[in-house]
Amino acid sequence: MSRLVRNIVGTVGVLAVCELVGRSGLVNPDQLPPPSVIGARLVEMFNDYEFSVDVVETISSWAISMVIATLFAVPLGILFGSVPMINSATSAIVEFLRPIPSVAMIPLALIAFGDSYDAKIALAVFGAVWPILFNTVHAIGDIDPVQINTAKAFNLTRRQMLTQVKLPAIAPFVLTGVRISAGIALILVVSTEVLAGSAGGLGSFITETGTGGAQMDLAIAGTFVAGVIGFAINMIFEWAQRRWVNWSDGDRAR
Amino acid sequence: MLDVTGINHTYGSGAKSHTALGSITFSIEKGEIVCIVGPSGCGKSTLLRAVSGLLPPTAGESRFMGELITEVPRDLAFVFQEYSKSLFPWLTVRANVAFPLKARGMSRRQRHEVVDEALGWVGLADAVEKYPWQLSGGMQQRVAIARALVCQPAVLMMDEPFASVDAQTRAELEDLLLRVRREYDTTVLLVTHDIDESVYLSDRVLVLSKAPSTVVSTLTVPLGAERDQITTKETDDFVHLRGEVARLLRYGTAVEHDEAGVAEEAVPVEAAVE
Amino acid sequence: MTVMEKAEKKVTPRASGTSRRRRTVEILGKWVVFAFFIAAWQLATTLAEAPYFPTPSTIGATMVDLWLSGPASQLWLSDAVFHDVVPSLLRLLGGWAAAGLVGVVLGLMLGRSEKLHDYFSPTISFLRSIPPPALLPVFLVLFPIGTPMQLATIIFGVIWPVLLNTIDGAHTLDETVVETTRSMRLSKPRFLATVVLPAALPKIFAGLRVSLSLALILMVISELVGSTNGIGYQMILAQRNFSLPEMWAGVVLLGILGYVLNVLLLAVQNRVIGWHTRSKSLTGR
Repeated sequence: MSRLVRNIVGTVGVLAVCELVGRSGLVNPDQLPPPSVIGARLVEMFNDYEFSVDVVETISSWAISMVIATLFAVPLGILFGSVPMINSATSAIVEFLRPIPSVAMIPLALIAFGDSYDAKIALAVFGAVWPILFNTVHAIGDIDPVQINTAKAFNLTRRQMLTQVKLPAIAPFVLTGVRISAGIALILVVSTEVLAGSAGGLGSFITETGTGGAQMDLAIAGTFVAGVIGFAINMIFEWAQRRWVNWSDGDRAR
Repeated sequence: MLDVTGINHTYGSGAKSHTALGSITFSIEKGEIVCIVGPSGCGKSTLLRAVSGLLPPTAGESRFMGELITEVPRDLAFVFQEYSKSLFPWLTVRANVAFPLKARGMSRRQRHEVVDEALGWVGLADAVEKYPWQLSGGMQQRVAIARALVCQPAVLMMDEPFASVDAQTRAELEDLLLRVRREYDTTVLLVTHDIDESVYLSDRVLVLSKAPSTVVSTLTVPLGAERDQITTKETDDFVHLRGEVARLLRYGTAVEHDEAGVAEEAVPVEAAVE
Repeated sequence: MTVMEKAEKKVTPRASGTSRRRRTVEILGKWVVFAFFIAAWQLATTLAEAPYFPTPSTIGATMVDLWLSGPASQLWLSDAVFHDVVPSLLRLLGGWAAAGLVGVVLGLMLGRSEKLHDYFSPTISFLRSIPPPALLPVFLVLFPIGTPMQLATIIFGVIWPVLLNTIDGAHTLDETVVETTRSMRLSKPRFLATVVLPAALPKIFAGLRVSLSLALILMVISELVGSTNGIGYQMILAQRNFSLPEMWAGVVLLGILGYVLNVLLLAVQNRVIGWHTRSKSLTGR
């Protein structure tokens, strides 16, 4: 049996077991419907305009926060990392601020920002900035001086040095940072949606359908869709890393 | 002690297959040191693994004291070329050497005694509490040898054990091996690419051809039990033998040789100019 | 003396004397910088007088009020500590430890069995991609509110980094190591426990550290959503009362907890796999 076949067999097996358990009466079918029921709901849901709007809102919130965070953190990281004094100073600060779980700021953000959408974006940006910043600063510090000297020997201008030597050199680490941030941003977006109640987004949909256990089939279907989004994001980043930066082993998370 | 018959091994299948070992047959008696030499890529390492039970051969069999080998026999120990990867980095030297004894259920006090003795024997009594990464290459390989010896194996298999150390350390380790055989009467099957080493260490040298390899020739080494790095290598016998081995490796022509009636293989092999 | 022995001789004396001094300076320097940062924060918030950003001094005072205003017999810890902080910590550590244990055991098995891994890897890849907050409403229905639901959230979210890292660590075992143990005829359980596990420990610890920060996050969200006590619960109460200093106090406390837990775990890591960190520093990778 080849690997692909085993993948499929295993997955089908897991689904089959879930189906059996769901229908057996071991679990309350209203609380935990079997995969077939959930699958049917999924198909219905995607024909429902409102649900699609929710999905799009979650994905777009995530994407916007990621773009803002990256555009903000990468240049800042390059700046901080390039000046030794600032580098050591900021890494001390980052080391103390990093452990603060950004989700702890959700209640704060929800009352500070009138609109839950703004709160969502602000939080996701805040959470996503740290890994990218951290990795970028480290990457700049880690650039091999031999490469810099080689470039200097070729009389590269400051600008060329930046675009042709420094940026490619830090790319793997930055990409790893962005990948970690992507996960954090998704968690923050969905968390805020769940906590904010009836605002838009997938998290909000799951909360509404799940409250009271009335429509668990829809709620679980929504969770499944959230998983698919997360899975797609992971796949994109793994592909990006393989495609563009597999010449380095800078994919070790810090 | 060890009887190898018709060992053949092919990697892969169909168009991409590569036959490393053609058909290898030989026997080893108790207390012998036999060295296997061959051109690079001739499958020497594969042979060792196939014979010892680490790798099931595509065809042929090997028997240890009459019993067919399907997995590594209890009284057979192995020393690998990459000592740094063979020793466990999370264990001290003492714990590394004690590892096989622990696996066999020996009591702690007994383990201590046996291990300390083995390490003293290879000259590492001071290094018991150190970690492998703190030792030089030669010292690490000594630890690996001590670990192999600690179970008092009947046969010691060595896969290019001294290839990754410097020349001076190699000389010391070669003499260590000779001492091992003298004091413990261990049978040794050693694979090497170094011609001088093969003649210096062994009672018999098996020369392999290029892949798919067969035994081109078996040479008996009449150099006596007491050997010395300097004087032995100056003797006529040594010089003559190493020349023969070198010629066999280079030209692959069969050579007549015999004193003790050891079987010789007169297999014509394509001339291979290295 | 070989090159290796000479190099070792050079490293050891220096390791005890100068580098310890250097490390102390580094650590002091960090705290000095952080103190400056706090001072700057104090200045900025005092000048700005923004209602949503109380000054550090206000936050600090609130924290003392909340948690350090108890009797001396309780080490000055207020009752709130025992009512909120301790349960949160227990849930956090309990969930993390349970997930860690299961993750390591499963990871060792899956890492060494190519077949088993193939059967389950798509399922694992998918389940781990589900953002844990998406599961909160579901878990709220399936599990009783409070500790069971929170433990379920933490365990389900945190098991993946440990599992995946353990699989990776167990999988990338060097060929020579495998052959060495086969030449010693080790039984499979012994092989897994005494060879695969130690060899995989560096990666396992990396997974455990990621899991710990994730556990903190999940502990907080699960408490924000469905609990009757805990740090998150206290923050929701503060939100309802519009008490901003208390909300900030919670945030700072969580930051401190996260920092301390990470430092502790690093200390444990150095103790357990010191052989790895020290040997790596020698080879410079």
